[in-house]
Amino acid sequence: MNPDVLVAVFLTVITASTPLLLAALGELVTERAGVLNLGVEGMMLMGAVVGFAVTLTTGQWGLGVLAAALAGAGLALVFGVLTLTLVANQVATGLALTIFGIGVSSLIGAGFVGKPLPPLPRLAVPGLSDLPVVGRLLFGQDLLVYLSLVMTGVVAFVLNRTRIGLVLRAVGQSDVSAHAIGYPVIRIRYGAVLFGGVMSGLAGAYLSLAYTPLWVQEMTAGRGWIALAIVVFAAWRPGRALVGAYLFGGITILQLYAQGAGWLPVPSQIFSMLPYLATILVLVIISAGPWRRRLDAPACLGKPFRPAA
Amino acid sequence: MAFRIEPRRAPPASLFYLTPVLAVAVTVVLGALLFAALGYAPGATLYHFFVSPLTTVNGLAELVLKATPLAMIGVGLAAGFRANVWNIGAEGQLTLGAIAGGMTALELIDVDAPWVLPLMALAGVAGGMAWAAIPAFLKVRFDVSEILTSLMLTYVAGLLLALLVHGPLKDPTGYGFPQSAMFAPSANLPMLVNGTRLNAGALVGLAVVLGAWLVLARTIVGFQIRVVGEAPAAARYAGFSAPRIVWLTLLAGGGLAGLAGVFEVAGPIGQLVPSISPGYGFTAIIVAFLGRLHPVGILLAALLMALSYIGGENAQVAVNLPRAATGVFQGLLLFVLLASDFLVRYRIRLARPARAAP
Repeated sequence: MNPDVLVAVFLTVITASTPLLLAALGELVTERAGVLNLGVEGMMLMGAVVGFAVTLTTGQWGLGVLAAALAGAGLALVFGVLTLTLVANQVATGLALTIFGIGVSSLIGAGFVGKPLPPLPRLAVPGLSDLPVVGRLLFGQDLLVYLSLVMTGVVAFVLNRTRIGLVLRAVGQSDVSAHAIGYPVIRIRYGAVLFGGVMSGLAGAYLSLAYTPLWVQEMTAGRGWIALAIVVFAAWRPGRALVGAYLFGGITILQLYAQGAGWLPVPSQIFSMLPYLATILVLVIISAGPWRRRLDAPACLGKPFRPAA
Repeated sequence: MAFRIEPRRAPPASLFYLTPVLAVAVTVVLGALLFAALGYAPGATLYHFFVSPLTTVNGLAELVLKATPLAMIGVGLAAGFRANVWNIGAEGQLTLGAIAGGMTALELIDVDAPWVLPLMALAGVAGGMAWAAIPAFLKVRFDVSEILTSLMLTYVAGLLLALLVHGPLKDPTGYGFPQSAMFAPSANLPMLVNGTRLNAGALVGLAVVLGAWLVLARTIVGFQIRVVGEAPAAARYAGFSAPRIVWLTLLAGGGLAGLAGVFEVAGPIGQLVPSISPGYGFTAIIVAFLGRLHPVGILLAALLMALSYIGGENAQVAVNLPRAATGVFQGLLLFVLLASDFLVRYRIRLARPARAAP
């Protein structure tokens, strides 16, 4: 295959994978602290609509990205108050977050449908960005792509090599013991939930500012749920979340190319089903294969905790 | 002055069933504030949202028409939620039911017989069950989260319906629109109230709710479902089969969602179109919780949620409120309800300073 075509394909794979990676990293940290937030889809939608609206009205994409992160964090805070302070059921609250996010984002976005926006500016390093093949791949991405890759390393480092990471994992493995030793379980979980919200908000902003610089109702199309599946696939490890996100990004792009090129005489909807079917297949393989023993989900995942006074 | 929060030993039943009412009231107030913040006159908006649909025969008929699928799906999901089985893909199961029932109707389009409609209903139940059987099998066999699989299958179901109405099932005389032929009269549910869209599906829905009440409250299966959900260890000790409960609750939820799907295409729609339901499968999750997973509560909650759909449409016409306000109201209600549960499980007391010993 022509290297230029290959580069073009990989560039689009990056754009499809970046939102998945951002959201999956956030949820990974949240779940490592023992909290299951099923509201990723809702937080991404809020990030997408707020990021788009702020960028369009101010003309400043930096403000838009920041506002998207805050919007994600805002919804995450609601989730935190309900599940951590008021000890509500995490599954139900997460679903509520998604339903609410879909509604509010459509409400806010009603006036922004169909308005165009220039995509996020890409890095341009004189000389380097013009290199053949690697130039555009390595030195021609936008800020959020680099951020997603840097955050993979940062999350891995913090979780495995720092004290705060150790405490966060302890809280997720045994909230009662962590509380007994004197760690502020609830406060640490709030932090993890908010981090998840910020990352989901950024993932949404990537969709509406870079992937397709538009606002469309429910434009996440299940990516928040796929990010949740990637966390399981990754066995709660950041490095494997990177692999998972690019795997799913690759499948998304593959099916789009297959649709466009007409490789197979089947209706386009069959191709569109692939990412969702692949998610199910991957979950089955992960749960059934020899990896099963090493899945190690955080022991307290989804369980409510309220310290005895 | 300080407050002390302590867990209640036995949450009072009155509070358990009263808090949903309280949650609705709080949500209406929050909704009014939200409408005001968005620049809509809160009084008029609330009136068009919650009151004016109830003042006409047609409005009331639409209320029952929309409450029927919500109540049927809600009781099916509630059985699962009681046992900690989280089927959130009812929307997809509804779609499969509509496809199976609709294809039956199209196959029998030249047949004018009273058994067409029952056959469609059976096909729809089977379609919904088949779609729910996939997460059930994967959960029991491989321990894959039914939350993710049932939801992913919802997207697949939507695409499958799109594929069918754009392709093999497209009406050749339909001017290229992606929709099937209109069903024959024998494949349409009989009307209950002339001049409205209310059909006999509502009676079936009511029977389903009463039947579910009987099963959940009076049979050993209903008891097992509760024990598996509330005390898994005790359930294992008693020898209740958890996989059986997973299968039962998912098939029940899927079957009822499928039936609701048939009733949509055999009722108000009358053909297969790319979009069958305005999110009934998701709203039914809220209905189940708001109704406290109890069939009678679910019936009331379904009526309220149906009102939020009609009210949303009404307010869109009357004061130009975006349609999405319905979703906001529904999500907000679930938040407030979950928060109000705190009052059920915990007691907030004024902490009195301990009196110093003399």
